[in-house]
Amino acid sequence: MPTKHEVTAAGAGTGIVAVSDLEVHYGLRGGGLARLFGRDSGTVKAVDGVNFVLHRGEVLGLVGESGSGKTTLGRALLGLAPATQGSITYHEPGDGGSAYERVVSEMSGAELRKLRTDLQMVFQDPHAALNPSMTIETAVGHPLRIHGIAKGEELRKRVASALERVGLAPAEQFMAKYPSDLSGGQKQRAVIARAIIMDPEVLVADEPVSMLDMSVRAKILQLMLDLKNDLGLTYVYITHDLASAKFFCDRIAIMYLGRIVEIGPTEEIFADPKHPYTKALLKAIPEPDPQKMVPRDLPRGEIPDAARPPLGCSFHPRCPVAVAECGWESRDLRALLEEHWIRQEPSVYEAERELVGDLDKLDEAAKTVTVGTVANAAKLRAMLEGIRSENPTEPLWTGVDSLEETAEGLEIRFHQGFDPLLRPSGGVEVACVLYPTPVTTEPALPE
Amino acid sequence: MTELYDGPDAMRPGSDLVIDAQDLRVWYGSERGPVKAVDRVSFELRKGEILGLVGESGCGKSTLGRGLLGLLPEGAKMDGHLRFKGEDLLALPKKEMFAKRGTELGMIFQEPLTRLNPLMRISEHFEETLKTHERGISKAEVERRSLEVLRVMGIPPTRYRSYPHEFSGGMRQRLMIALALVLRPAFVVADEPTTALDVLVEAQIIRILHDLRREFDTSLLLITHNLGIIAEACDRVAVMYAGEIVEIGDARDVFSAPQHPYTRELLRSTISLSTTGLNFIPGAPPNLVAPPSGCHFHPRCPDAMNVCAARHPVERTHPNGTRAQCWAADLRDGMASDLTSEETASLPREEISVADEA
Repeated sequence: MPTKHEVTAAGAGTGIVAVSDLEVHYGLRGGGLARLFGRDSGTVKAVDGVNFVLHRGEVLGLVGESGSGKTTLGRALLGLAPATQGSITYHEPGDGGSAYERVVSEMSGAELRKLRTDLQMVFQDPHAALNPSMTIETAVGHPLRIHGIAKGEELRKRVASALERVGLAPAEQFMAKYPSDLSGGQKQRAVIARAIIMDPEVLVADEPVSMLDMSVRAKILQLMLDLKNDLGLTYVYITHDLASAKFFCDRIAIMYLGRIVEIGPTEEIFADPKHPYTKALLKAIPEPDPQKMVPRDLPRGEIPDAARPPLGCSFHPRCPVAVAECGWESRDLRALLEEHWIRQEPSVYEAERELVGDLDKLDEAAKTVTVGTVANAAKLRAMLEGIRSENPTEPLWTGVDSLEETAEGLEIRFHQGFDPLLRPSGGVEVACVLYPTPVTTEPALPE
Repeated sequence: MTELYDGPDAMRPGSDLVIDAQDLRVWYGSERGPVKAVDRVSFELRKGEILGLVGESGCGKSTLGRGLLGLLPEGAKMDGHLRFKGEDLLALPKKEMFAKRGTELGMIFQEPLTRLNPLMRISEHFEETLKTHERGISKAEVERRSLEVLRVMGIPPTRYRSYPHEFSGGMRQRLMIALALVLRPAFVVADEPTTALDVLVEAQIIRILHDLRREFDTSLLLITHNLGIIAEACDRVAVMYAGEIVEIGDARDVFSAPQHPYTRELLRSTISLSTTGLNFIPGAPPNLVAPPSGCHFHPRCPDAMNVCAARHPVERTHPNGTRAQCWAADLRDGMASDLTSEETASLPREEISVADEA
């Protein structure tokens, strides 16, 4: 398969990087026994079916909590994380309006190194991104040396000009220094200088300001905006901070557990957030205004384990507006019971805990689950009905089809759910069963 | 220290002052001379009150927080007046201070995973904490008290015998808070308790901290660099710069009408949802071995006058009740009439090159 072939000029207009059905899955290594018996120890779906096109000259924000896969996606763009499925295509601008199309996900090491003359990365932690035993001159000039582009006086000149471009002027003052001599903001400027010295097309910036003090953040963002205008750069800005994304990005993709759940122009996302997760994120940002309080109706819980994602929509266990089709399952019942027990007197908890029996039964994802024993099925049912009547608006109950006393205990059946795909809605795309018609059904469970 | 101390309220009977710090100083030795990490800091904390301590890294806020609990590293020196419920903490023998920590003075750390023992169940953490501080406590009582505080923190009783690694990041931070509060200390220092957490979880923790006083009657010193968190959780706020509290007052007053230019500029440079332009403070925080003359902020201050470089400002209470150390604010509120016109002329601004910036 050729990794480099010419495409028409029209093709180049579609974007500079196209990501299609990208998956980055990591196999989990189980213990020795598990491997001996060939037991599958599972995979972590860090990036799980992502599609987007990065347009030339734009700033695309990848926003999400830790564990959402935003960093893995950013690294995959540079070939630093291996794609297990799907493709990343880089449209290299060629001479006379033509362009080369190169599939990042199929490149060999040498080709990847060449790719990085065009795609560069700015890392989150400037203290860790610079080698402590290299002077700033060596560190910033390193890419030029690696690629054999410049040496000697020419190298020195280019390093000096890159340093001055990022505001580390006069450059002579910084070239002989070591990273430990610089402040956090200055180090981040040096990291940016190293990224732009190759004259790249695309810069992937992974949380470039989150390790810096408030008074410095704005300076670094301003520098990045200036560089973008002067050098015609395209940015992928990875962050967990919606406030800086709002200011910095043209388009925003909100990520949750390896997927993009909402993507669109920044103004539209902020003016009319559609996905319940986006809405929650917007509400939760602490604003420097004492008149406002953190709302009490925030999603419960935390981002789930990517090795054991929820069935249906990954956000449904935390979603305040979830409906029957969102993919309810046994683990949600366990969470509901535990939450209920937080509010109970110890004696009530002990009695109810006894009734339910083995909680670990609920730990495997299942659409039908039996709890308790034949003897106490009726009591258990009454208990669940009681919990339901305490809070009838709890979304989980919409997803419970039936509670039935069987020969083994109380059988709970959950409603068939959907795994929503990204679909256009208004000016954005959103993956939520509440927006247009859901099409895919969740995958069948292995027996 | 036996001298009679006549600080505000501290000695008055029935005072609800939990912490009364006056002229606190903390300094370390370094190769280049003493580092004045905390320099003449004064503040009070009432029962059930949450005071936010905000500042950039290196301003001395964490040092101050640890100093209050007597947790300074070897080689650090502290002086001034520090009273906890009227009792002089700086005069206490080490042993008595040790006994106070945990039961009366609590601390919530930044990284919960490094503070929990991975080999101990949560129940064992609670047992150890309670048995160390309350000898002879029964097993049933340990469990009752632990489950009660876990319930307030929103941790299900089913998890009582789990190990730390079985919890998510937010849950671990709740565990840390629960472990600090199970002894019901009257005063707790929380040092950046939400830094490693995601926005939604951070909001949950802020909520818990905000509600603490209702459940535990605890006074809280909340150390953070995030002005948003201060605004959400705190009653009062103290702004630190170069080892000093430059402004302290009711959170609402400080945010709506900051008296000190540093507070104002810090608020302006915070990127929030309502940000429409990027603002920043030129220059970098000073080195604490040899801070600038006069007001430490003057080289970066847009309002600096000649007097600012020459004389250190005095802390004054402004009409809205906020206390601040700033000549410009004094002048504006008619509290610096003794300044000459030469002194009030604006200070020629030295060009700050990016090279000197943070």
